[in-house]
Amino acid sequence: MIVKRAELSFLERLYLPTLLGGLQVTAKHFFRKKVTMQYPEQKWTVPAGYRGAPYLVKDQVGRTKCVSCQLCEFVCPPKAIRITPPGSSNGLDSGVVEKSPLEFDIDMLRCIFCGFCQEVCPEEAIFLMKDYSLTGTSRSEMIYNKDKLLALGGVHQDKIQKWKRKAQEALHQGVTP
Amino acid sequence: MSTAVKLEAKSVAAPVEMMTVNVNGRSVSVPKLMPDHNGKPVPTTMLQACQVAGVEVPHYCYHPKLPIAGNCRMCLVEFGLPMMGADRKPILNEDGSPKIAKQVLPYDPSQPRGAIACATPISPGMEIYADSIATQQMREGVLESLLINHPLDCPICDQAGECKLQEYSVEHGQATSRFVEEKVHKPKRVDLGPRIVLDDERCILCSRCVRFTRDIVGDDALGFVNRGSYNTLTHFPGKPFDNNYTLNTVDLCPVGALTSKDFRFQMRVWFLKETKSVCTSCATGCNILMGSREGKIHRYEPRQNDAVNSCWMCDEGRLNYKWIGREDRLKTVMIRRGNAPQVVGKWPIALAEISARLNAAIPGSVAIIGSSRQTTEELWLLAKIAKKLGAKTDTKVREGEADKLLVNADRNPNSTGARLTGFLTEKAGNNIRAIVEGLKVGSIKTLLVFGEDITTLGISSALLDTVDCLIVSEILPNATTAKANYLLPGCAHAEKRGTLINIKGRVQKFMKAVEQPGEARPEWEFLNELAANIAGHHRFVSIEGLFNAMAQDIQPLNGLTWSSLGDQGVTIAI
Repeated sequence: MIVKRAELSFLERLYLPTLLGGLQVTAKHFFRKKVTMQYPEQKWTVPAGYRGAPYLVKDQVGRTKCVSCQLCEFVCPPKAIRITPPGSSNGLDSGVVEKSPLEFDIDMLRCIFCGFCQEVCPEEAIFLMKDYSLTGTSRSEMIYNKDKLLALGGVHQDKIQKWKRKAQEALHQGVTP
Repeated sequence: MSTAVKLEAKSVAAPVEMMTVNVNGRSVSVPKLMPDHNGKPVPTTMLQACQVAGVEVPHYCYHPKLPIAGNCRMCLVEFGLPMMGADRKPILNEDGSPKIAKQVLPYDPSQPRGAIACATPISPGMEIYADSIATQQMREGVLESLLINHPLDCPICDQAGECKLQEYSVEHGQATSRFVEEKVHKPKRVDLGPRIVLDDERCILCSRCVRFTRDIVGDDALGFVNRGSYNTLTHFPGKPFDNNYTLNTVDLCPVGALTSKDFRFQMRVWFLKETKSVCTSCATGCNILMGSREGKIHRYEPRQNDAVNSCWMCDEGRLNYKWIGREDRLKTVMIRRGNAPQVVGKWPIALAEISARLNAAIPGSVAIIGSSRQTTEELWLLAKIAKKLGAKTDTKVREGEADKLLVNADRNPNSTGARLTGFLTEKAGNNIRAIVEGLKVGSIKTLLVFGEDITTLGISSALLDTVDCLIVSEILPNATTAKANYLLPGCAHAEKRGTLINIKGRVQKFMKAVEQPGEARPEWEFLNELAANIAGHHRFVSIEGLFNAMAQDIQPLNGLTWSSLGDQGVTIAI
């Protein structure tokens, strides 16, 4: 089917009425509430549940919550997470939480902020936080290591503290946890 | 599958007395007797009958290669037997079929009575209900009981991902726990021996490890103490669990109670790529699985092969893998001209120069020291080169102490291959003296060394300096590689494919698990080129073609092909 191009009317060919119409829209906006934000001086407050960059957390007593189970590394669709488990160097005096990551890297250039890592984590050790604008001057700078992730993640108030409870139970029964 | 194959083989040998039972409403014919863990025929159990019928019955303590204990109760199934009249004749239904009585508790006939499938022999006309609601409830109950005191520390447990407790809990267990009391805590991180750490909280008391070390190894080192919820696995005081087969208990353990100190916290098992291979630590040639991730080998595990190693392997062989990933592996071709130091070279140049030198060599002026750690294909190609050049050949002898289970006194994995390919014309180690003499008097001017440090064979470094042309193919640097005129970096068995022939004549192939470092190449590839240049040999492009041609050339291997070897190998007459 061929659509015929409509002939322009006289007023349309005159051009001025359309121009005035446009100016009218612009003028209206001068008096409306402003929606533009002076980014980056001014930052957007993200809503609750926003999926920003994933960071690691410590609990209220300062223990790194991650136990390097590597489930996030497994589930991560773009393979942004890379964990080095402690290996057998972890001695027999490690206490009730026998594992913690030797290294934990997230390549923020690869991360797609899907939140699978947070969802799969059995230890509530990784959370997608509110940071949405990550910048760096090199690729290696964008690979966040364990220390950086923990510093950015901060403290998570753990209500259950399952490992502490386990250790207390064992001590109560006279068993070294 | 393997059971079916075994049955087939047996029925050819002698007529097997069969019995018909009913599994999940389907009649199956199973042999009346089946082999126990020693291979002795004993009455077939319900579990074996279910396996024949293709129905999986979950189990923890049962293992086909261990004596039956029947203590985990996981394989409980509901079953029925033909009803017998007072005259010991079966009572029939109206349609003439025998009437089946579902077995019930004698004190409460409303409740089904389960039987443990692993230890209950079948009887004619028996009906096994492996999927019935009662069976499912029994499984739920057993799992609930096993999980009562289980610590549920899967995130830090090495077994997670290959844990039968996890698998069965998902398949047969309840979704939630009803247990509100405090769990019984048991010792964690118990140092059982040099290679094993025990976490008693995770133990489900299946006693596989106890039976393995007592009945298979003959080292009665483990046992249970205390009773009820406090029942605990431990080793006898003052007797460490340190025999050469301890790590098999880690494989046997259906949960994460027994852990390997070597593999502990190294890598989660779901990342590991499993490659079928063969252990190269002795002439037994145990079948193994190599677990690797991204070019790094993390563990060896035994692979079942009843003709070789059953389900086991020794600790020594299992832990003999770290050298493969060593930093100082040879990665580049090195060439040294005259007394100048070695410089980095290129494969085509090195191979062309070696070919030219060997072609120009006076017959008898070349000697080849190979290795019985090389693959059969490589030794065959070397034998061809040796024959053309009239070279004296020898290998290094490695003797150790044998044990009665798996370890062979011959610590070379392919001594049989070295002999069959014709590379060794005499007993290994017999020619070395003549080669040393030849080097000393100068009648041997060119020396090819494959995979051995010949300075350990009575050829001093100083003597190597006098050799006109020393061609060495190695994996790791040593005193011989330092003197080489041509140093060709080779591959570990994990980095190439090939076959080995064990002491009993089992031809077994192994697969490639990881990539070789740097410019290293599989030895058969460049030996193939050298054999083509020197002996006018056919240039093979694949290991399959090479093996098939070799099998035609070597009489005992006649008729074999790479694919006919299968995963488990073939035994030849030697």
